Amino acid sequence: MADGDYKKVAYYPGCALEGSGHAYNASTKAVGKELGLDLVEIENWNCCGAMEVKNIDPKIQTYLSARNLSITEEMGFDTVMAPCNGCYHNLKKAEYDLSHDDASVEVNDRLSKKAGHKTYEPGKVETIHALDWIKKAVGEDEIRRRVKNSLNGIKVANYYGCMYTRPRHIFPEKDKGPGSESTAKPHFMDDILAAAGAQNVDFPLKTACCGGAHSLSDSDTSTKLVLNILTTAEACGADVIATECPTCHTGLEMHQIRAEKVLGRKTNVKILYFTQLLGMALGLSPNRVAVQENFSDARPLLKEKGLA
Amino acid sequence: MPIHEKSLIRPENLVTHDHLVIDGMDVSGHWSTFIEGRSITDYNENLQEEIAALPGGENIHRCWQCGSCTNACTVNAINPEFNPRYWIYLIRLGMEDELLRDKDIIWQCVSCNKCTYACPRDVAPEGVMKATAHWLELKGHTPKSPSTIFDEGFSAQVFQRGKIEDGLVLRNFLQDTGQPLRQPWLETMVLGLIRRFPVFYLIRLGLSTVFRPKTRGWGRARAAINEYVHEVEATNRKALGLDAKGAE
Repeated sequence: MADGDYKKVAYYPGCALEGSGHAYNASTKAVGKELGLDLVEIENWNCCGAMEVKNIDPKIQTYLSARNLSITEEMGFDTVMAPCNGCYHNLKKAEYDLSHDDASVEVNDRLSKKAGHKTYEPGKVETIHALDWIKKAVGEDEIRRRVKNSLNGIKVANYYGCMYTRPRHIFPEKDKGPGSESTAKPHFMDDILAAAGAQNVDFPLKTACCGGAHSLSDSDTSTKLVLNILTTAEACGADVIATECPTCHTGLEMHQIRAEKVLGRKTNVKILYFTQLLGMALGLSPNRVAVQENFSDARPLLKEKGLA
Repeated sequence: MPIHEKSLIRPENLVTHDHLVIDGMDVSGHWSTFIEGRSITDYNENLQEEIAALPGGENIHRCWQCGSCTNACTVNAINPEFNPRYWIYLIRLGMEDELLRDKDIIWQCVSCNKCTYACPRDVAPEGVMKATAHWLELKGHTPKSPSTIFDEGFSAQVFQRGKIEDGLVLRNFLQDTGQPLRQPWLETMVLGLIRRFPVFYLIRLGLSTVFRPKTRGWGRARAAINEYVHEVEATNRKALGLDAKGAE
């Protein structure tokens, strides 16, 4: 496995970042460029299986994810960065399944051969999240030095969602003491945004579920779960909920509107990708990090705080 | 944190009498409520095996009923009837009729994996919930849930082109579940977007309708996956003894 500096890594955006999560894609690339990091998109990547294909059959999901890892390896990279929690989770899960489950190995080998590409073998590529990437390739000290437009005064609730930390066994590098990420109380986003000048509020629902898997198929449940997250963030004094997953982000925005329409519960907390907040702190314009694409319009707040 | 599970005694099994004397003892009224006894004879002795044969259900036999899954459960917090521990208990005992009382909510598991995170026995209750929902559908106890319709529509796009387009996923799902495309909250979202950056939005909408995102050279992968999916379907049906009936 790479213990490299993550300055140049393979990039796996995934389907959501080409669609509803476009703002996350744009802001991640902009931040990377600003920090002098190189992202090389995986050629001809495919969907990782998201949260749906596993319900048809988990081994197909393992194959879909492994195909992307296989291409990463072919391109000569030993690290791939996936900003989407779902993609990150699935690549990690494929890595785990292929090193622990013989049946998954067999199906992956069979499908890879029929599809005409190299069978991915575990241990060749390390999957990291955008949070790992920023934290390890740049780090808080460097961010502090580079901040041109401090987030000073913005109160942030950091929301990590489900797939970044659960289940624990597919993230062997987490919970390894100081410096590593915690699955119970993740803090990488807190660390990064604190370095950018934000004031993190003590938010108890960091890893609560937004109901993203059933955002559309069981909307009433999702709306209740999201409303709980939004009202708790407000009760904690947050102006902004920082997200690191396109499904969570879209879910929060969509059900914020739905809660108002269906349940008559209006919430004012704004929802921004952590890369949008970080980008603005580094001096990028709100347009450059695609703030205008968010449904929850944060621009009046940003103006008030002197960021726009 | 204590968990409050539902009582196993149902209202219809509770009996009180306004006037009743037994052996000279007045047992009228609420203070001497009787619980009707019941004997269970209709066990499905294959139930655990059947659930275990479906993807996700493999580890159900490991459960020792600690209740950590229900304690951690996201859906249980908003609906106490949603009780993974209890369902695993019923499945392991083969109490199919009891399980069927909750058949319409089991699919609502949101896959947050809090149960799997908490489980000390590696049962992976999230997988068991999916296997159980799948079992209910295959056996014909429930129609396809909205979640299954969504999963199938989504996966069909992945298998076909290698990638999905989320606008198409949304439109197909609303169509397949017979919901109007004009949802009030959806209109608010779309109008909000168009007001703010009309050109970008319209260009993107137009482009994604004409050029569906796809993975180049996906043909062979598509064929391999489709072949495997058919195999899995046949295996699952066989495990539940469905082929004998000649269904489908």
